[in-house]
Amino acid sequence: MLKIKNLTVEVEGKEIIRDLNLNIESGEVHVLFGPNGCGKTTLLMTILGFPNYKVKKGTITFKGVDITDFTTNERVKLGLGMSFQHPPEIRGVKLGDMVNIALGKKEGEIDESMIELAKRLNIAVEFLNRDVNLGFSGGEVKRSEILQLLAQAPDFIMFDEPDSGVDVENIELIGKIMCELLDRNKLPSKRERSGLIITHSGFVMHYIKADRAHVMLNGRIACSGMPDEITKRIMEDGFERCVELCSVKGAC
Amino acid sequence: MKEDRIERAERARAKKAALGEDIAIEDYGTGKEHDALTSLDEIPEEYKQNLLDAGIEPSERERSGSFLQRDRSVIFSKVKYPGLELMSTTDAIEKYGWLKEYLWKAIPVDQDKYTAEVELDQTHGYFIRSEAGSKVTMPVQSCLFITSDKIRQNVHNIVIAEENSELHLITGCAVSHSVSSALHLGVSEFYVKKGAKITFTMIHSWSSGVEVRPRSAVVIEDDGTYVSNYILMTPVKSLQTYPTTYCVGKNARATSQSIVYASGDTKIDVGSRAVLQGEGSKAEIISRAIATDNARIIARGDVIGEAANAKGHIECRGLMLSDTATIDSIPELKATRRDLELSHEAAVGKIAEEEIQYLMARGLSEDEATSVIIRGFLNVDITGLPDALAKETKKMFDMSLEKVM
Ligand SMILES: Nc1ncnc2c1ncn2[C@@H]1O[C@H](COP(=O)(O)OP(=O)(O)OP(=O)(O)O)[C@@H](O)[C@H]1O
Ligand SMILES: [Mg+2]
Repeated sequence: MLKIKNLTVEVEGKEIIRDLNLNIESGEVHVLFGPNGCGKTTLLMTILGFPNYKVKKGTITFKGVDITDFTTNERVKLGLGMSFQHPPEIRGVKLGDMVNIALGKKEGEIDESMIELAKRLNIAVEFLNRDVNLGFSGGEVKRSEILQLLAQAPDFIMFDEPDSGVDVENIELIGKIMCELLDRNKLPSKRERSGLIITHSGFVMHYIKADRAHVMLNGRIACSGMPDEITKRIMEDGFERCVELCSVKGAC
Repeated sequence: MKEDRIERAERARAKKAALGEDIAIEDYGTGKEHDALTSLDEIPEEYKQNLLDAGIEPSERERSGSFLQRDRSVIFSKVKYPGLELMSTTDAIEKYGWLKEYLWKAIPVDQDKYTAEVELDQTHGYFIRSEAGSKVTMPVQSCLFITSDKIRQNVHNIVIAEENSELHLITGCAVSHSVSSALHLGVSEFYVKKGAKITFTMIHSWSSGVEVRPRSAVVIEDDGTYVSNYILMTPVKSLQTYPTTYCVGKNARATSQSIVYASGDTKIDVGSRAVLQGEGSKAEIISRAIATDNARIIARGDVIGEAANAKGHIECRGLMLSDTATIDSIPELKATRRDLELSHEAAVGKIAEEEIQYLMARGLSEDEATSVIIRGFLNVDITGLPDALAKETKKMFDMSLEKVM
């Protein structure tokens, strides 16, 4: 579904991603680990096509279409979606407005069906009436992001740290909804949607079993393997050692 | 009394205003009289849209009364509900001797050449009064309409809410498309008595040849409330106004919200000042200004705290959509004692790239995202209005925004 080949990306004149390759098939969920500042968010922003993320080399292909030069909304129309690690606050634009936009409605009220949707994420009606992200707590931001994705229903979903700063109960809630969004409740052969999840804690992995994990170091995918193995090695030995072990023993 | 007033006005005839570029009043004629209408709906078809654009409902639906002044003539004035009075200020001065206690009491007649001009050559304006205890939640609408070219319109409006009464007013100022230049001088004095409430929603729908110099002041007594909503979205040649609200009574409350979208070569100097003289009085000034093309906006806010436990806040936000426009945001606070609290926040900036991208990530094009952000920026919560009126004000605002975007 998503194929990234030899991707090199510059941000503000600085090379952040180097010669990166990644292939995510339809129905697959991959998880991306890596230390702070290694380029994880940059990769997602580049996949979404934000203008300050300049592709210097390589291609991004989505559903067989080369989208390297597509604008963000063209990519979104094709079925890409993302939950942001640090979404901006927009004054005067309510969370309810964002949900309507994600639903493809340019205008609209906060109606019963939206309230129902919000309830599933433990989001109260009053919250839909608040300016998006303005004064939201860390956990609230995450739930608001997932709510918008639930409305948007993309075919390929990128989650940038959906579990950071979220309490145990809400992690379970978010995890379950992510499973639904990513067709994880279906038989593997029936799964169509795919995703890429960035997580530091790996908490969300208790609820959603990924197919493959990658470790990113200095803008490159340094090693890849089975999620359980990789998580264990990172937790026990750290990122560098995990990559080293991988190269000694071969793929995890 | 009257002689004294006229003398003072005469002496101020050439007195330049403290703010705004000077206008040669004599360049504008006095215009001709127009025939009265028996219903507002009779207004010629070509003018109906002008009225609608200024928030005026020609059908008079959902209005407790209507007033229409065309150039120098009051061509319609009727009130449908008991407890309310509505007529030309000229008629009211003749009818009520006591009105002299209100005339030029909130604004000095010799403030500048514009106030002087209105005194010396006044052509009507509206007088609205709600009787003590009466509460009509349906708004009165008044329209000041210019349809003749190169004329000046000099109105003096007086609005009085007697004790414990409630009065809601929508004023629309409009100009017909055939007018290439005109001058509007409007003096407005509002009196909010003990426990009373006035809400004033004003839509300015001018055009690029019109010069405008409103002079407004509000006096609020004990436990009185005054809410003003001002919307200006269309171009104007130049507009300068700095309405002052005097919270003289204990616990007097004033809220002023203004939304200004300036395009073309529009020059606007608009502010709001509150003087907190009553113990525990409170004022809030909120403004949103957008400048595009070559527009110049000066957005002022001023709170002067003089009484115990007074509270004032200014929130001024500006959004720049062009590199050839300018916004000056000037919030001022003045405290004259310890036991009060004044604050302001002001910000001017451009649309954040990040916000556009966020909206694009949810499927909007760049233009759609920009328009959502602008809409959001201007979206101040309209508080203090009856539900129906709040909804309608929101609709009027959406409509004006639709026009400019
Ligand atoms: N707009 C920018 N200008 C300058 N440097 C940037 C910009 N955006 C990202 N960077 C830099 O690129 C590097 C990668 O950042 P990125 O946000 O992708 O890291 P990350 O892997 O998501 O980290 P974290 O785990 O902390 O979220 C960092 O060093 C960051 O400072
Ligand atoms: Mg990140």
